[in-house]
Amino acid sequence: MAEGEGDHRRTTISWAPPAEIREVTPAPPGGDLVPVARPEPAVGHDDPVREGDVDAWGRSERVRAIARRLYDPVYRHWFRAEWEGLENVPRQGGALMVANHGGAIPSDAPVIMHGIETELGRPVYGLADNLFRALPVVGTLWSRAGGVAAHPDNAYRLLHDEQQLALVFPEGTKGTGKLVRERYQLRRFGRGGFVEIAMRSGVPIVPIAVVGNEEAMPIVWKSPRLARLMGLPYFPVTANNFVFGPVLGYIVPFPAKFRIRVLTPVFFDVATNQERYNRSIVMEHAEAIRASIQAALFDMLSTRQSVWRG
Amino acid sequence: MRILVTGLGTFWGSRLAQYLEAQPSVEVIVGVDTREPRVPLERTEFVRVDASFDVLARIVKAAQIDTILHTHLVVDSTQARSRHIHETNVIETMNLLAAAGAAGSPVRKFVLKSSTLLYGSNYKDPYFFREGMARTRSPRTRVERSLVEVASIVRDFAEDNPHIVVTKLEFANVLGRDIESAFSRLLRMPVVPEILGFDPRLQFVHEDDVTGALAYATLRDVPGEFNVAGDGPIPWSEVCSIARKRRVALPPVGTALAAAPLRLAHLADMPAELLSLLRYGRAVDTSRYRRAGFRYHYTTAETVHAFADALRLERNVGGAFTPYRYERDIEAFFHHSPAVVREGAANGGTVERAGSPASGGR
Repeated sequence: MAEGEGDHRRTTISWAPPAEIREVTPAPPGGDLVPVARPEPAVGHDDPVREGDVDAWGRSERVRAIARRLYDPVYRHWFRAEWEGLENVPRQGGALMVANHGGAIPSDAPVIMHGIETELGRPVYGLADNLFRALPVVGTLWSRAGGVAAHPDNAYRLLHDEQQLALVFPEGTKGTGKLVRERYQLRRFGRGGFVEIAMRSGVPIVPIAVVGNEEAMPIVWKSPRLARLMGLPYFPVTANNFVFGPVLGYIVPFPAKFRIRVLTPVFFDVATNQERYNRSIVMEHAEAIRASIQAALFDMLSTRQSVWRG
Repeated sequence: MRILVTGLGTFWGSRLAQYLEAQPSVEVIVGVDTREPRVPLERTEFVRVDASFDVLARIVKAAQIDTILHTHLVVDSTQARSRHIHETNVIETMNLLAAAGAAGSPVRKFVLKSSTLLYGSNYKDPYFFREGMARTRSPRTRVERSLVEVASIVRDFAEDNPHIVVTKLEFANVLGRDIESAFSRLLRMPVVPEILGFDPRLQFVHEDDVTGALAYATLRDVPGEFNVAGDGPIPWSEVCSIARKRRVALPPVGTALAAAPLRLAHLADMPAELLSLLRYGRAVDTSRYRRAGFRYHYTTAETVHAFADALRLERNVGGAFTPYRYERDIEAFFHHSPAVVREGAANGGTVERAGSPASGGR
């Protein structure tokens, strides 16, 4: 590698920490190609030959910082989110956070992620439907901002290999597709896959109950035919549509007061890294976690004075 | 060690033969192909055969081959007709394995160069494929179908022949000074295509790491399936910016339709598997081969930088490399004539590089 080129290239990286510069020595062509032991190469943020800051997962710290700055006023002044039991979120080590899901275009995911990132300074990676990846522009921005497709192996990597916080909504689109009269009534928690992932990764599950998400964008009517036509899990008409119009009604949520309660973490007394886990134990835990979130929701709702002021 | 190298006329076959010639533990190298080798070789015996079972079985027996290095899978569908891909990948591998597993065969090791194309590229994919993970969508193109078929043939072979060390290496897209691949052709164009709104994570492996990885498996015993790719997948936009290329966007809907006229005008040949890579990308977990002891020289970013340097060199030099031409008589003279003084022939060393043009040519 020409030295002049190399220098030019390196000075363009403004985000890179002052790392020692590693020389790339090309193996002599056709000659000595013996695979010799070399120090493990640095990858991602510390890699001195990188031109961008997008890491191996497709996340960009720069985009995440911009997203945080843009979302902060929404979190603080629109939803006025308030937390209880933040001490239940582990300060280090991996943990799988599990929450209830609601609202046509759910605001619970960004509120929880932004909340924990600002309150605790720990990144949270939301696992979402892989459909995001299929969308142009949106999918790219989503993954730059830290979105990860919900695949068991992705979750295992985040939790076990990288010891990060991950957030899942086991109800999936069944939770967000609820009509307004079904609000805060938890749907089936998938097939308990989230429990299995936590067991395999050896991390606790932190159940989270969110109040406010359902009123931020309630669904008044659904069209199964339009949904089928467009290949969507559901096609909602939201209350927001009547206030903000046909387009903004899917983008602007109502300023419902968000209250978030973090419940006691659930630890599992099983061996990690197993291929399979006992179904009945998995389902038992999944059901218990679902019941604890449902109970917390009812408790929070019974003391709520107002949808807007909490 | 007595080694049979398939695809001696291809880039990989000849590269590997050149490398193995320098290894004192390698006694005999026999290379088979229908085409002549394109690099000067010193002690490799070239046999021009097609991949028929009886000839291969006879060569294996006659030369007492103990190691087969199968480099001849077609993974770049722009380089071969679709009929030819099936013949080369599936039928040739089948014949080769049949020859290796025949009764009384001396073969003890089988190394196969395959591709991560095997995993496909889809939005449902895991972010990092581990060895043995299934595709999330059944293969649509001929080359992917053939690779999937080869994978199952090889798996069966390994199961049936526990006494043979079977190594299957899945290589990511290769870049380098000398290799021509689908991506190197894309990046050599004045402007480079992308799909509007998509910026996939891609992983590349340097050609020297490919040679190193194949040689590592040939000279050591590392049974199993391994991904080989430069560390740290990077987005396509960054690949282009390292190569100092401007991007032009193809529409996200009807991409194949938009790409068809480019192919007809011979501007850019982008088969379906390349288009889906430009949309969803692919990355693999490389920890297993590293645990087996292999060390990479290049990360993905370094691979792309090395390729960008090669592009600059090419531009400044004018790309005028004289290709090597295989002359049967001259080669026979250097290989067999008693007049040629062989240095260190006693310990199986190399022959004097008399009359060879610059090595490592294209």
